[in-house]
Amino acid sequence: MTAVLAATDLRKSFGALKATDGVSLTLREGEIHAIIGPNGAGKSTLIAQLCGSLAPDAGTVSFLGCNVTAQPVAARARMGLARTFQTSALAMEDTVLQNALLGALGASGKPWHFFAPVARDRGLKGRAEAALDAVGLADLRDVRTADLSHGQRRQLEVAVALTLEPKAFVMDEPMAGLGQEGSAQLTSFLADLKRTAPILLVEHDMDAVFALADRISVLVYGRIIATGTVDEIRRDAAVREAYLGDEA
Amino acid sequence: MTRERLLNAALVLALFAVPAWALWADEPFTITLATRAVIFALAAVGLNIALGLGGLVSLGHAVFFGIGGYAMGILASHAQNYTPIMEAPFLIEGTKSMPIIWLVAVLASGLAAWLIGLLSLRTSGVYFIMITLAFGQMAYFFATSWPTYGGEDGLSIYVRNGFPGLNTLVPIQFYGICLAWLLLVLALNRALMRSRFGLALNAARQVPDRVRAVGLDPPRLQLVALVLSGAITGLAGALFADLNRFVSPTMLSWQMSGEIMVFVIIGGVARLFGPVAGAGFYVLIEHWLGGVSEYWQIFLGLVLLLVVLFGKGGLVGMIAGARK
Ligand SMILES: Nc1ncnc2c1ncn2[C@@H]1O[C@H](COP(=O)(O)OP(=O)(O)OP(=O)(O)O)[C@@H](O)[C@H]1O
Ligand SMILES: [Mg+2]
Repeated sequence: MTAVLAATDLRKSFGALKATDGVSLTLREGEIHAIIGPNGAGKSTLIAQLCGSLAPDAGTVSFLGCNVTAQPVAARARMGLARTFQTSALAMEDTVLQNALLGALGASGKPWHFFAPVARDRGLKGRAEAALDAVGLADLRDVRTADLSHGQRRQLEVAVALTLEPKAFVMDEPMAGLGQEGSAQLTSFLADLKRTAPILLVEHDMDAVFALADRISVLVYGRIIATGTVDEIRRDAAVREAYLGDEA
Repeated sequence: MTRERLLNAALVLALFAVPAWALWADEPFTITLATRAVIFALAAVGLNIALGLGGLVSLGHAVFFGIGGYAMGILASHAQNYTPIMEAPFLIEGTKSMPIIWLVAVLASGLAAWLIGLLSLRTSGVYFIMITLAFGQMAYFFATSWPTYGGEDGLSIYVRNGFPGLNTLVPIQFYGICLAWLLLVLALNRALMRSRFGLALNAARQVPDRVRAVGLDPPRLQLVALVLSGAITGLAGALFADLNRFVSPTMLSWQMSGEIMVFVIIGGVARLFGPVAGAGFYVLIEHWLGGVSEYWQIFLGLVLLLVVLFGKGGLVGMIAGARK
């Protein structure tokens, strides 16, 4: 199977700290590839390099068969790489719908309209509303984003990524702070979503990871110490010691 | 109707009623004051696009105001002296026609904004403020040391420029021209705020990372905003020079940039009618208190302080409440 998104020997240091230390991984069509690891392992740093907001010191990133290592974030997004942020990056002063519209607008690639009101733009609105519907935020479309609960903001993050109708999702802890019910909902949602596009999922919630992942990679101190199926990772002695403890 | 809409309607009404009253009461000076307020408001509407929507704190908008002013001064002075601006490689003559002057002012200030934006948008925050200030100072000292167009003394134009079908020397007619521009630009600004571009620019101010992540480029959005902003302030500069029949480097000074910013902040940053409220308020207290004490700016400073500390939405915010 060909990789949609691939990292080859990525390296990134912050001073003496090797935050990414020779990471290679792939995301294949139709799968959820989960990345787990302790706090500070370098998961977000890895995502930043995959998405283009951080330049690696060495190594390459390829997406849809193209070397995109030198491409900026916006170019990768236009190619179809959608990202959700660990800490919500949303326009807080704007409404929920406006945030979703921004995604649809980005996907359209045509921001240079100065007169026609967005609110009457059928195409954009349809796309934005469909995404809000999918994550269950349709009723809150006119609420100011700043007034949303933490969990609702996480949902909106996912909705904005949906509006891009991307070729791959990269999600940084989408379940964080969702609570049990929220996590369960998002878990079943992502299980369906992977049929649309593969998902690289960074997540601390082990129930979700074990329920969803086709493959899991374990990142510790910037290195991938193991990659495998759920069962393989559960059984891996090094992983148990470094990360899972007795929990698994 | 929301309170903000009522307030906006009241402001528009005042823009018609005050000069109408002045005309009836035969108070031409009031019309001149109102014209001054309208032109300042137009300049501030320009800045509000960069500052309010785009989040670009420009301390160099006097550059655009001054370029608009000098576009008028240079074109009109050549016309009144019957000397061409240049003869080779092709002939360019001066003009006393307002529409041509406006066009030149808009293009020249828009171009300047584009150049300044290309260089300054690589930076942000306090560095952006400093770079725009530096461009302002360069333009100011360039104008003071360029003797062809009056240097420090500036340029006087004897007769106000013309507009087809109107007698621009009659104060109320010139006021009408300025008011028409203000209302037109406000209407465009309103459309802009609701457009695709407005949505993207507004988000680029709040969360540039998100805007990039959906495939848009914040600096490019901001560059276009700065060009639109500069062009509008440049147009206001051309009208201001025509109001005074005079242009000098003062129009390019950093104090001028500061005043334009004060109009926006006192009136209400990112509020459609903020610049109108701010410029109107400024011209009123400049007139009333300026007659009482030459230290009237202390009072202005006090108002500014109160607005910044207690009323983030400026006058519009205080009267109409926070933005929904
Ligand atoms: N810009 C930076 N400059 C310096 N150090 C950084 C920078 N970004 C991250 N780090 C460091 O790199 C290491 C990896 O950080 P990263 O955010 O990638 O971890 P993480 O695996 O996402 O952790 P968490 O589970 O807490 O989100 C941490 O020690 C962090 O302090
Ligand atoms: Mg992280």
